[in-house]
Amino acid sequence: MDRKLPPEIERDKDAILKEANGLLKDPGKRRLLGNLLTLGGLSLATGILIRDEQSIKKILERISRFNDDVQAALFDPNDMAPEYPRSEIANPFPFNAFYPLAKVPQVDAESFRLQLSGQIADKRAWDLPALYALPQVSQVTRHICVEGWSAIGEWGGVVFSQFLKRVGADVTCKYIGFKCADGYHTSIDMPTALHAQTILAFTFRGQTLPTWYGFPMKLRMPTKLGYKNPKHITEIFVTNDYPGGYWEDVGYNWFGGS
Amino acid sequence: MTDDSDRTSIHPWWLRMVHWLNAAAVIILILSGWQIYNATGFMGFKFPREVTLGRWLGGGIMWHFAAMWLLWGVAAFYLIMATVTGRWKRQFWPVSPGGILRDLKDTFTGKLSHADLRVYNYVQKAAYLFVMLDIVVLICSGLVLWKPVQFPTLRTLLGDYEGARLIHFIAMVVMCGFIVVHVVMALLVPKTIKAMLWGR
Repeated sequence: MDRKLPPEIERDKDAILKEANGLLKDPGKRRLLGNLLTLGGLSLATGILIRDEQSIKKILERISRFNDDVQAALFDPNDMAPEYPRSEIANPFPFNAFYPLAKVPQVDAESFRLQLSGQIADKRAWDLPALYALPQVSQVTRHICVEGWSAIGEWGGVVFSQFLKRVGADVTCKYIGFKCADGYHTSIDMPTALHAQTILAFTFRGQTLPTWYGFPMKLRMPTKLGYKNPKHITEIFVTNDYPGGYWEDVGYNWFGGS
Repeated sequence: MTDDSDRTSIHPWWLRMVHWLNAAAVIILILSGWQIYNATGFMGFKFPREVTLGRWLGGGIMWHFAAMWLLWGVAAFYLIMATVTGRWKRQFWPVSPGGILRDLKDTFTGKLSHADLRVYNYVQKAAYLFVMLDIVVLICSGLVLWKPVQFPTLRTLLGDYEGARLIHFIAMVVMCGFIVVHVVMALLVPKTIKAMLWGR
């Protein structure tokens, strides 16, 4: 490893080395400096690795899709989310949306019709009295928000799988999508749609769902994070084409399962 | 499974690889974890934006749930290798409270020997076992936060969802404490970083 040095350095090599050695006479200081240089080199290498932000983002998105598949594989339709006594219901239950409370959509109960589209045999629209006349259940479960908080609430409504059967939805399809009165949209996997605790909810704590919790209805899934539970649903569609979602399109994990 | 380089190098190749991959995973997980934490800040404070990873909550989550695979992979590989090569017994046995106290005293009186970096003193043994246990706690509580419905036993053990969140946070603080002490010691004791990089 005897490389040719420029002549002026070759000439002064010994003097340079001598001076450098003199500067670093203290072995303790030399070692500390050496170690610091090593650490510096390591962080430089890391900097070069993360230089290309777009390709990093692509890799992360691919891992997020992989995590969707892992969650789908882990999902067991027989695993139930825990239910809690009514005494543990959060009061007040938090309001959360991508807009402030004042912007909550006001849906007119009289004229409201739930639209059905996609791979559904009976696409007739539903009015609220017809939906309220279906067999109702209720659950006290924990709503887990991706933002790092959770709260227990009580929702009542129709078991979603029974509703899907009633309207003749093709449950061999991959996705169910939701469009909402506030411009929100999301989609879920069919196994979660058919889970026993997934309900189309019309009530909160036994009362008609207040506007700020999603009147006229929200899809309540204690097996998924809050942003997967759409409020103010106006249309439900069944499809094999990936529909994405409001938050999912900008980076939240699509499966979003708990 | 030992190779020839084991006899000449202070740390075997696989250990050095595990160490740096694990360091990368842990640092990414901590910085992205701070990003995720900042969305609500349930402990009543927030981490400065500049030291968080991912630009926003969604980005932080992406980093966190990508680096988690690296942490799991490295942890599994280490457990297998340490068992197969007999490293557990060779490096960590025996470990006794008396030995730890003695070596701690020697540490602060400057009498602790670092002549052979291959041999862990009692303080090192305790610290490394402790941080490995901390990683186990981080992984378990992280699993509950990710998939509480799919891991009901673990969820109940860790005090339901909010219990797991608190445990995950405390275990992170413990990890940060370890990193500070570990890096200071590595900078103070000669040749340790080079030994962990090149094996000698």
